[in-house]
Amino acid sequence: MTTLDDIDRALVNALQDDLPLDHRPFAPLAEKLGLTEEALLDRVKALRESGVLTRFGPFFDAAAIGGAFCLCAMNVPADRFDAVNDMVNAHPEVAHNYERDHKLNMWFVLACETADSIHDIADRIEDETGLPVLRFPKLQEFYIGFRVAA
Amino acid sequence: MSIDATDRAIIEALQTGLPLVPAPYAVVAENLGLNEAELTARLAAMKDSGVIRRIAAAPNHYKLGMTANGMTVWDVDDAVLAQVGAKIGALPFVTHCYERPRALPDWPYNLFAMVHGSSRDEVEEKRQQIVTLLGDALRASDTLYSTRILKKTGLRLRKKGG
Repeated sequence: MTTLDDIDRALVNALQDDLPLDHRPFAPLAEKLGLTEEALLDRVKALRESGVLTRFGPFFDAAAIGGAFCLCAMNVPADRFDAVNDMVNAHPEVAHNYERDHKLNMWFVLACETADSIHDIADRIEDETGLPVLRFPKLQEFYIGFRVAA
Repeated sequence: MSIDATDRAIIEALQTGLPLVPAPYAVVAENLGLNEAELTARLAAMKDSGVIRRIAAAPNHYKLGMTANGMTVWDVDDAVLAQVGAKIGALPFVTHCYERPRALPDWPYNLFAMVHGSSRDEVEEKRQQIVTLLGDALRASDTLYSTRILKKTGLRLRKKGG
């Protein structure tokens, strides 16, 4: 865990809010924290270099830009887990994949150009592995904000 | 939602992030051969249409000590799902809150909410707040902890022809 001072914490919290589209968008926050804009930006750069912030910029809705996404899950027998994992991960459409402690023990996201290709890839994984691929597409999003208190 | 070539160029230019300078939009606009007002008007339109959710920092949960993450899943009465989903999505410790289809009989859950905490105990304590919030609408629930990252690649914008 990285050590942050009070100003860093205030920054991490405040920078998770939407940045205004103004000419000098960091100025109000800098003033509030008693920093110059340059000092504020130096801290943001340091937080990014230390990995506390992975990125600063627009969050795009990937589906709105184009493309289809689907959360999928499989119940993979323990003795076949590594082999099935290799088969699943070999598909470039598998964006990320997590092992979870449940009967459904493999959870991955498919990212494709179209909804049809989601099912093509999922069907192909079923054929290759001989195991069902459950599909959990997003039906509705209850989105307020992705934030963590520092 | 329609995105033209200029919007696409803006998205590509900003995928790695916003320049960390006092007037970042002016710098991006200049790089793209736009004026700043045109760039910010297009960014505002993309925010309105939902292409851009917001312009903000993405913190690393692990670096902030949030090392436990539980995928909490809930079987909620469909009649009140939208109403309670909005409340759960608004909780400060919930990221990614979605309605997804059930896969009966094995998977009765129709609501997914990622809960982050510094320990499983903390995730469990936060989960109880969701239990309370759901009240009578809750029929069953479970929490799936990730035990291993098997693959992680960023979602990349695919270049469209033309």
